[in-house]
Amino acid sequence: MATEAPLTQGTLPREGGRLLGRWGSAALEYTPALVLLVALVGLWELLVELLNTRPYILPAPSAIWNALLDKGHLLPNHIQATATEAVLGLVAAAVGGVLLAVLLSSIPLARRVLYPIIVTSQTVPAIVLAPLLMVWVGIGLESKLIVVALVGFFPIVVSTVDGLASADRDMVALVRSMGASRIEELRHVLIPSAIPGFFAGLKIAAAYAVIGAVIAEWVAAKEGLGIFIIRSQASFRIDQIFVAIAVIALLSIALFVAVHLLARAASPWKYANDQGENGS
Amino acid sequence: MSEAAIAIRGLRHTFPGDRPVEVLDGVDLEAAPGAFVSLVGPSGCGKSTLLQVLAGLLAPDAGESLIEGRSTIGEPGLAAYMPQKDLLLPWRKAIGNAVLGAEIAGEPKEEARRHALDLFERFGLAGFEESWPSQLSGGMRQRLALLRTFLIPRHVLLLDEPFGALDAITRREMHQWLQEVWASDARTVLFVTHDVEEALILSDVAYVMTPRPAHMAARFEVDYPRPRLPSIVTEPGFVADKARLLAALDEGGTG
Ligand SMILES: Nc1ncnc2c1ncn2[C@@H]1O[C@H](COP(=O)(O)OP(=O)(O)OP(=O)(O)O)[C@@H](O)[C@H]1O
Ligand SMILES: [Mg+2]
Repeated sequence: MATEAPLTQGTLPREGGRLLGRWGSAALEYTPALVLLVALVGLWELLVELLNTRPYILPAPSAIWNALLDKGHLLPNHIQATATEAVLGLVAAAVGGVLLAVLLSSIPLARRVLYPIIVTSQTVPAIVLAPLLMVWVGIGLESKLIVVALVGFFPIVVSTVDGLASADRDMVALVRSMGASRIEELRHVLIPSAIPGFFAGLKIAAAYAVIGAVIAEWVAAKEGLGIFIIRSQASFRIDQIFVAIAVIALLSIALFVAVHLLARAASPWKYANDQGENGS
Repeated sequence: MSEAAIAIRGLRHTFPGDRPVEVLDGVDLEAAPGAFVSLVGPSGCGKSTLLQVLAGLLAPDAGESLIEGRSTIGEPGLAAYMPQKDLLLPWRKAIGNAVLGAEIAGEPKEEARRHALDLFERFGLAGFEESWPSQLSGGMRQRLALLRTFLIPRHVLLLDEPFGALDAITRREMHQWLQEVWASDARTVLFVTHDVEEALILSDVAYVMTPRPAHMAARFEVDYPRPRLPSIVTEPGFVADKARLLAALDEGGTG
């Protein structure tokens, strides 16, 4: 306890240099992962070549690359559809998850009644739920949003409830001694305390959002990577399926990174003492 | 005669549990409007518990707790309370923490900010307005918590060891400063401390508590002329009073 952070003054002029330093060290940090990835792809290419595997069983990375060049022009529309579903679904999950978490934390009865139902809802697989939703709300954007939101809201609710519970009771008492209302207690202490937990949940939800959208499209859709995969499958274009897999992975990573940056922006006090560490 | 700013009568409290802790056993205390009253007592005797009752955060088992004639039981917000821990909000910068109480009391944000900025210098916090609490030293955090308490627009201040984390030199400065501020704005202060000298320098009245379960062991009127300079501690009258106060503390312990 009571560790005294170095009192860094005049950080502004050096900010630029530090930023570069941060990016530099980030690049360094992920270099091993990148090297491993390249090595695995190389090995894959080599094995397919040596074993003379049929392209409709396992295509070589180079074949996948060619498929991308060949059919790439079809992708932007599909990507846009899937990304829209994933992002909007994630937003819906975040809004619903936070509201539900506040409700569960502030009303004990709500917690007792709703928590078991929420947990049970997670035992229904998305792949079962998706066709039902198509029947109920149609094959448009809404049904996909609901699938993504249903997959995503659970980790958000659980970790936000934990975050709210982690608030320092003495801090709550302090603002109460200042005459704060329940709403002000939430605003000044409980919600800020829950921000790290909320973002931890949001990151998990983000990692699953794209997959959720693809599963929903799989059942029925006009556009989207799920439909692209189904069509490729129907015409035995395994190479195209791999293109779709790579795109889904990239989209998921992009969403995850976006949430991570958002988390940093939303809790600047957590990173206030970081600046001096990585730079120079 | 005007009504007491702080009145505690027959206060009793036991913390329940497997091994109940009997803390307050019939405590009485009174502070006239505008008075500076200290509360001295051994560690663990129930000083913080008493302040929590006055702050409206803890409902006692029995007894009365009044701020300006109104019962504080189930009624927080009647006094400005500084807890023993600084409890700065990590997600607010120093200036944001300073204005927290004023903001909750409904003071316009800009005005509260201006008011707070004026005081940063006096509290030795100039230049740290935009720092996060995690970037402040222990003593600075405590001064910021005191500043926050002063900015709460209430007539009664409840201060739980506000100088506990300060070194002797800063502490002496704060004593001078606190006297000045207190003299200029006529607020009532209830000041918890372990430091007998500090209690004598600052107070009109000093209460001494017995160990747990606590009641008042003694009440001293302190009527040295003000302002009281740091050099007062060497004056014979002061030294004698200090000895009496310490004796009361020891007596409370054995009796
Ligand atoms: N919430 C609680 N539950 C149970 N026991 C408590 C609680 N709060 C305080 N106590 C007990 O009550 C007693 C008095 O505590 P209190 O904090 O009021 O002492 P204090 O006089 O302020 O001591 P110090 O000078 O060390 O700050 C202590 O024995 C403590 O263990
Ligand atoms: Mg205490």
